Amino acid sequence: MSLLQIVWKSLRQHAFSTGVTAFSIALAGALLLSVWILQDQTRRTFTGMDAGFDAVLGARGSKLQLVMNSIFHLEESSGNLRLEDFAEIQKNPHVELAVPLALGDNVKGHRVVGTSLELFTRSEYRPGLQHVVEAGGRFFDPNNREAVLGSFAAHKLGLKPGDSIHPSHGLNYAEGHEHEDEYVVVGILKPSNTPADRVVWIPLEGLQLMTGHTEKAAEELSAVLVKLKAGNATAGFLLDQKYNKEGTRLTWAWPIGRIMAQLFDKIGWFDRILELIAGLVAVVAVASVTASTYNSMNERRREIAILRALGARRFTIFSAVVMEATVIATVGMVVGLVFSAGIFAVVGGILRTQVGVILEGWAGHSVLWWGPLVMVSLAALAGTIPAWKACRVDVAQNLSPTS
Amino acid sequence: MLLLNITELQKRFVDPEGKSTCVVDVPRFSIQAGQEVALRGSSGSGKTTFLHLISGILSADSGRITLDGIEMTTLSSSDRDRLRATKIGTIFQTFNLLQGYTCLENVLLGMSFGPGPDRGRARQLLERMGLANRMDYYPRQLSVGQQQRVAVARALANRPKLVLADEPTGNLDTVHAAAALRLVREICREESTALLWVSHDPTMLSQFDERLDFHELNRACAVSGIAL
Repeated sequence: MSLLQIVWKSLRQHAFSTGVTAFSIALAGALLLSVWILQDQTRRTFTGMDAGFDAVLGARGSKLQLVMNSIFHLEESSGNLRLEDFAEIQKNPHVELAVPLALGDNVKGHRVVGTSLELFTRSEYRPGLQHVVEAGGRFFDPNNREAVLGSFAAHKLGLKPGDSIHPSHGLNYAEGHEHEDEYVVVGILKPSNTPADRVVWIPLEGLQLMTGHTEKAAEELSAVLVKLKAGNATAGFLLDQKYNKEGTRLTWAWPIGRIMAQLFDKIGWFDRILELIAGLVAVVAVASVTASTYNSMNERRREIAILRALGARRFTIFSAVVMEATVIATVGMVVGLVFSAGIFAVVGGILRTQVGVILEGWAGHSVLWWGPLVMVSLAALAGTIPAWKACRVDVAQNLSPTS
Repeated sequence: MLLLNITELQKRFVDPEGKSTCVVDVPRFSIQAGQEVALRGSSGSGKTTFLHLISGILSADSGRITLDGIEMTTLSSSDRDRLRATKIGTIFQTFNLLQGYTCLENVLLGMSFGPGPDRGRARQLLERMGLANRMDYYPRQLSVGQQQRVAVARALANRPKLVLADEPTGNLDTVHAAAALRLVREICREESTALLWVSHDPTMLSQFDERLDFHELNRACAVSGIAL
């Protein structure tokens, strides 16, 4: 019989404690992997999400709020800017594209955002990728009351081309606040895995001139998405100087990725705490392998003595116990990988529903190999304690009673 | 040919009160290859300790044990384990079968630490022990007599040079005890294996031509006053 078969027999004989210990490793491992993957993926996803623009111009206020509001379609607007401001930035020689956004309405909780067709026709939400309408649909005609729905919004609202919608006032849905204006859905965007999927897009003028909105709304915008000309590295700084340092009325949120990164840097201490907790849980789980194996040594003294009497060397016994701890941790981590994939899917689903972003794949992260390797190595190391006890068992004393 | 030669072997133990007691003090003992020897002794006379010293489970405080030309007292613990696995087979009074292993696996396990598992040999031995239909049974599913036969098969599996039998029939009735002895002797003779049979049962001892009193062999018994 090989050492592995002896180990397998022993684990089967102590199936319950083996199972419980492996399960605790699985939970700890899943927590460890999930924390690492989720914090990394969330940071990467949010800092990499810029909808294809370099900056956002909005009313004076927080840059983060401006980005959250215009790119992620979260948070309240910090205020409005004038149409002249849009015209000015549009004419700026450093600007390649400026797309206006106006918001303030919703369809059953999904934001209605007024914009220009250029958002779909001239910008790329990711390099080489433009928004595309599903077959049978088209983009809205700026002169008509037409709407294009993000894929997630269309799915949740159960709408298809040809259906009608009545936007409600405000960013949060409240029954009885519907505008009289009726918009016809003319297209559904193909999924882009960006916050745009959760939005109901209508022509800019449609939102500005919506029945019930003030006259002032017709002359204001919520924000302008700005793409700078390529190869002009100083343009962002110049506009930062102009709007943020010299001006007092507007905010220039640039570059979008760095603003989101600053948010994550600010809450970095929370990530460290999560890592610490996950690490501690992992250590406790590894300690449980030691405790469970160590305690079982008392019950197994006779068994070990018999093996030694049959000629098993101390090193063989030592190796068998270390291997037991390793196998328990390996089985635990395999289950832990499955659990972490489940946690990732659930959290990813929540993020998609709430924010509209899709986290990158679970499978490619480096923690998926170094995490289990560390856990299994720690368990093997922890197994040396009971292994040492096992190989010190007094053979003569633990065999049959002496005559 | 001399297989086992013991000279001036001593083993002492320290009791919980710190007093050192000599348990084994054997000036001379030897067994020839293929020889059958019965050793008679009462409980507490140090027979099991003596066997543990021969098998290398315990190390001697002084004296020499030479087995098949190898001086055991100079060997490392690991080398003694190896020697035990390859040259010695032990049959215990309490059988010492591993409960989580089937009959066949118990025999194979004994081989694993020696020359390596030989499934054919293990099966053949168990068949000879009348356990052909019990190979996949666990010890708890066997009668006491059957368990003892598995233990015998395991002790003989590695074709040892010497079989140490420590009160091997102590838990068996007369009929089963006689059958067990017959089987062990039969195979030992076939394979030229020496047999050291320790017992205090006169019926079993009477089966042997060569019988020794451990009390005469072990000077420690005379000192401690242990009666035969």
